[in-house]
Amino acid sequence: MNWNRLCAMARKEMIQIRRDARSIGIVIAMPIVMMFAFGYGVSFDTKHIPVYVYDQEKSQQSQDFVKRFQASVYFNVVKTVQSYPELVSAIDAGRCQIGLVVPPDFSKKLRSGQKVSVQAIFDGTDSNSASLGMSYTEAVAQAHSQQLQLAWLRGRGQGQPRLPVSVDARTWFNENLESMVTIVPGVVAMVMAVVGTFLTSLTVAREWERGTMEQLISTPVTPLEIMLGKLAPYVVIGLADTSLCAVMGVWWFGVPFRGHIWVFLLSTLLFLIVVLSLGYFFSVVAKTQLAASQVSLIATFLPAFLLSGFMYPIDQMPAVVRGITHVVPARYYMAILRNVFLKGSPVLTMWQDLLGLAIFAAVLGLAATRVFRKKLA
Amino acid sequence: MNGAAPAVVVRDLVKRFGDFVAVNNISLEARPGEIFGFLGPNGAGKSTTIRMLCGLLRPTSGQALVAGLDVAREPERVRQNIGYMSQKFSLYNDLKVIENLRFFAGMYSVPAAELKERIDWAIDMAGLAGREQLLTGTLAAGWKQRLALGCAVLHRPPIVFLDEPTSGVDPISRRLFWELIHRMADDGVTVFVTTHYMDEAEYCNRLVLIDRGRIVASGSPLELKEKSMAGDLLLVECDQVGKALEELQGAPGVTDAAIFGNALHLVVGSADQAIPQVQEFLAARGIAVTRIEKIRPTLEDVFVSLTSLNRNEGNRDEGDKRDKGDKTVGTVTGREKGQP
Repeated sequence: MNWNRLCAMARKEMIQIRRDARSIGIVIAMPIVMMFAFGYGVSFDTKHIPVYVYDQEKSQQSQDFVKRFQASVYFNVVKTVQSYPELVSAIDAGRCQIGLVVPPDFSKKLRSGQKVSVQAIFDGTDSNSASLGMSYTEAVAQAHSQQLQLAWLRGRGQGQPRLPVSVDARTWFNENLESMVTIVPGVVAMVMAVVGTFLTSLTVAREWERGTMEQLISTPVTPLEIMLGKLAPYVVIGLADTSLCAVMGVWWFGVPFRGHIWVFLLSTLLFLIVVLSLGYFFSVVAKTQLAASQVSLIATFLPAFLLSGFMYPIDQMPAVVRGITHVVPARYYMAILRNVFLKGSPVLTMWQDLLGLAIFAAVLGLAATRVFRKKLA
Repeated sequence: MNGAAPAVVVRDLVKRFGDFVAVNNISLEARPGEIFGFLGPNGAGKSTTIRMLCGLLRPTSGQALVAGLDVAREPERVRQNIGYMSQKFSLYNDLKVIENLRFFAGMYSVPAAELKERIDWAIDMAGLAGREQLLTGTLAAGWKQRLALGCAVLHRPPIVFLDEPTSGVDPISRRLFWELIHRMADDGVTVFVTTHYMDEAEYCNRLVLIDRGRIVASGSPLELKEKSMAGDLLLVECDQVGKALEELQGAPGVTDAAIFGNALHLVVGSADQAIPQVQEFLAARGIAVTRIEKIRPTLEDVFVSLTSLNRNEGNRDEGDKRDKGDKTVGTVTGREKGQP
């Protein structure tokens, strides 16, 4: 290994990145865009579900019931309508996801102690928010019933009644159950997959496409020097982008950072070795920028998105899929990041994830050093 | 030249791509300080050979020694001793002139003490003084070519391989480039150069003619012109050149006939016998001969006669426009028609 050649290679690569508008765009804009897109665009919380109300009675009692929905953060009573067709067309047009119909005999039945049924129509096109909306609606109705019952008991002179069991819920690590807090570590991993693998997948292929490779391999530079020289700038860029995401997460989105910074940096470095090696590998094998970049996105972005536990909890996956996640390096990185950001638990509890990441880094890194041959055919 | 060990030795070199034999059993030697020309039509195997000599392609069989080193065994040591310029321009267009030079100086590990001097030398040699900060992609072809040469010889290699270095470059730049080649040869550098330009071939100390992967002749330009043609060469100027060519095919005593410019070149056994015969032959067919004389063959005549790629069109300055193996109407190849 010749230090001179390695440095010359890295310097050249850095200049080329700087002069390539597309690379610069990805390096700088990608983390910011992804942080905002996922930070604001993807929310796994369902809040402020739009509700239309068709109150057929308009009594004090029915209004009290509707007010319960208004008071909840989960619902947003957009409008009160006067007929069924209005309600139906609102659901059809997507102006609301829930149509609530209060029957004309609401207060009469309540007074007479009869059971009263309130109709709730859900837009099931998004099954996830429909089922969430359903359980929230039931909870509101139940709370209302409970209050009515307590008032009734009190009216019968039963004194202060008490509820037998109550749950005192306390959520750890993500106290307000905001999905943003769990998303940020995921976005960091995704940005790394894109910046690391996608950009590096272009580097070797570009030299083949432009014909510069022939000149390069006629010099005494070794394959290892080519690889390390080409990847060195991306290690710096990768660390910078990751830090940018972390800073944005903490300062802008208010995500905590409870772990050790060196665990964060160590795991990031290991994951960088993984993604850069993959990108380099694809670039050498594919020989064209288009093929290399597409393979790299499929091989890193998609698994990091779907199988790392970012979008879907790994525990909830079918056994086979869960098995597959073990060969997705992003899975380990994601777990470590969530821990570092949210939990800050002792490093030893993460040894399995760190080991998994280290094994992938070692295997892929070594494989990448083997793949390049200084031959034209 | 001076009995020193040869700079390049090639023994029985073969390269196959599948069924296609690109290089078929080539052997040659280039001496130190020599301008060694590798002449042949496109697809003849010139680039393939040069790439094998630089260790960029693995030979199917045979051996190549460059600077006394076996290319197959010690490719990296060979590369430290050579400079290579590929056929296609292959410096970085998105790097500045100075950045390309620094990069290749790094690749060849030019010592820090020599770095400035070597880079200044290359800039001066390429005539790029004052243009160091320009993006390489914006340079004209001639400058690019000289810069590429500069980059390839920053480490003072004793042997330089140039693969069609002047293709696509204007005539003045071509001449400048050949001056550089001569200067390097004067300094003792072995220059191994491929070309399909006949005038460039004349500049070489020694030539190897290659066709379809085989060496068909070798020697100095002078030797080739004198020895490689069987018989004498006649220049015939007449009216109805096309008809004359047709008639002369297979005419007695004529082994080869081809159109050169607006005249005919005939290969005959002996000029003294053939001149009256041809005159009589054409007159009998109503073709008036305005001029007929024995001429010294040019390299082009040799090339055409040996590579059997002759064709009947007047335009003959671009070897790469020739259709390989397409024997056009009106040509007869001497070797096939039986020599005297």
